[in-house]
Amino acid sequence: MKRLIDPASAFPALISMAGVTLFTLLFLHAESQEAVLGLTLGAAIALLLLARFGWNARAAASFAGHSGAGNASVIIGVLVVVAVFYDQHFPLLMLASVLLYIVVCLGLNLQFGYAGVVNFAGAAFFGIGCYTAAVLTEHSALPHLLVVVAGGVMAAGIGSLLILPVLRTYGHYAALITIAFGILFRVFLEVNDALGGPQGMKLPGMEIFGWKLNDGLTFGDIEVSFYANYVLVALAMAAVAFMLVRRLERSWIGLNLDAVRLDETACAAFGIDVARWKITAFTLGNFLAGLAGAVYAMMTGFVAPNSFTFGDSLILVSIVILGGIGNPWGLTVATAIVLILPEKLQFIQEYRLLLYAGLVILILLFRPGGLMPRQVRNYFPGWKP
Amino acid sequence: MNQVLLACDGLSMRFGGLVALNALSLSVNEGEILGLIGPNGSGKTTFFNVITGIYQASAGRVDYRGQDLARLSAQEIYRAGVTRTFQRSRLCLPLSIFDNLMIGNHRRLNHGLWFNLMRRREFRRQFEQQYVQAQGLVRTFSQSLSERLFEPAASVNMIDRRRIEICRALISQPTLLLLDEPSAGMTHEETRELMDDILIVREHMPGLSIVIIEHEMNVIERITERCIVLNFGQKICEGPYAKIAADPQVQEAYLGTA
Repeated sequence: MKRLIDPASAFPALISMAGVTLFTLLFLHAESQEAVLGLTLGAAIALLLLARFGWNARAAASFAGHSGAGNASVIIGVLVVVAVFYDQHFPLLMLASVLLYIVVCLGLNLQFGYAGVVNFAGAAFFGIGCYTAAVLTEHSALPHLLVVVAGGVMAAGIGSLLILPVLRTYGHYAALITIAFGILFRVFLEVNDALGGPQGMKLPGMEIFGWKLNDGLTFGDIEVSFYANYVLVALAMAAVAFMLVRRLERSWIGLNLDAVRLDETACAAFGIDVARWKITAFTLGNFLAGLAGAVYAMMTGFVAPNSFTFGDSLILVSIVILGGIGNPWGLTVATAIVLILPEKLQFIQEYRLLLYAGLVILILLFRPGGLMPRQVRNYFPGWKP
Repeated sequence: MNQVLLACDGLSMRFGGLVALNALSLSVNEGEILGLIGPNGSGKTTFFNVITGIYQASAGRVDYRGQDLARLSAQEIYRAGVTRTFQRSRLCLPLSIFDNLMIGNHRRLNHGLWFNLMRRREFRRQFEQQYVQAQGLVRTFSQSLSERLFEPAASVNMIDRRRIEICRALISQPTLLLLDEPSAGMTHEETRELMDDILIVREHMPGLSIVIIEHEMNVIERITERCIVLNFGQKICEGPYAKIAADPQVQEAYLGTA
């Protein structure tokens, strides 16, 4: 079943990515509030116009037909942004944070996008990863790569305490359990002196096989921000996590997760073990959150309970809904929007949660599939019967 | 006489004070099509739910190839080769037709994490094999439907949804197929077509036994070899259609006493 690839049909995808990269550069570069607002509105209008002329559909079809070229163009886009802002801390920190949050949201997407296991404690599992890294770097000489893995394992492990109640309850009640857990986690951190209490803990920078990420590279008189190192690590993590989630979705396991979400009775009648797949999705999702948390903590060099509130969990959930439940590309775009926009538009800062809440309500009312609704499962892109 | 495939003995199902199945005893022979009829609320669907492990029987046993289905979970019963359709369609509508069929084929797919994530080439081989098989099965029912396997199940009409549901129950090549009112919501013409298709499939799958719950008596008359009539969770009559149609007890159950 060899297929003939027409290279020209990749152009819409590549042109779109070039446009998105250019826009990101302009957006991150813009200083004045007027310029940022103008760019935001301009982008919204441009997207609507492009949709009107059918460009978005063409770009989407092009991405679907050339997933390899499409994925590569996204990675190149990120690298271009790094190259342009090589000496500025702030844009690179933003970029690395977006990439790490993408990993967390991929995990959440596994949980409630596919298996239908709601998790309103995403920030708590992320926090478990952060604190695991803080404790292990302070009290042990474990290589940092293993510290990161330990963050994921810890999040998955503590998450397994929740499995029994989550399996026994449905819908709102399962949601309540995760909310309760998130609050419990934060209170526990605040009163626990060994974990620094409300003041939190400090962490050293990350070190992988002798490569100290907190030392910025210098080429002659060019000094590269050390955050560029973290962007690269975060990019690698996000790319691998993305690929794995994609493959999972495009497999019998992804099908089982969907079936568990959609109809448990039909599942039982066809031998699908509902508990097994809920546990798989929940554990893998928490693992990803913990993994990202450990890297994030080492990047910012500091963790405190205040970063893992219920509000933060809600933002994570709203990212997945906004992007399009079940669509990894959707949540990638949504993470970038939700994290970067308030940083650039300062007047939004205070109204951040209000804005997200409003957005989620609008999306659920008028476009329940999200910005980029999920398509029917395509096991192998480009595969034709 | 045929071999007995499934025999239930004293099977009871109580919901609080309501007795849905009352010490029911009946048997299904290998390779036969058995009609299960009776007025509304007589326990037909409950019988299916107990056999397939959706409900746990209050008492009695169900012998099937040396196992007692009343003690097995729904998953184990499916793996033992008993599949069903539902009275109200239970397809996963947002998923593609192919996905829905593969849900029915669960016991024959590899669900290992490593296989699914890392052995993509082998996975692809299994996927393509499954595709060919699914398409072949659907083609028996409808050529046009078999060309639309990657469209959402929500996009097809009622009769095609029924066909998908029956294919989903058939694709794992079960030994016993339970059809819960397959003609519900369809015209006579559509029902006739569907029954023809089921008979064709049966020719390809010798040894398949079918139990069908049906209110359309002409369907029962045409396709079943034997019928069992239930009323108030008990068997009131058994035999070929001509015999049960003439039975005064059956007429009373359906029409009431004069």
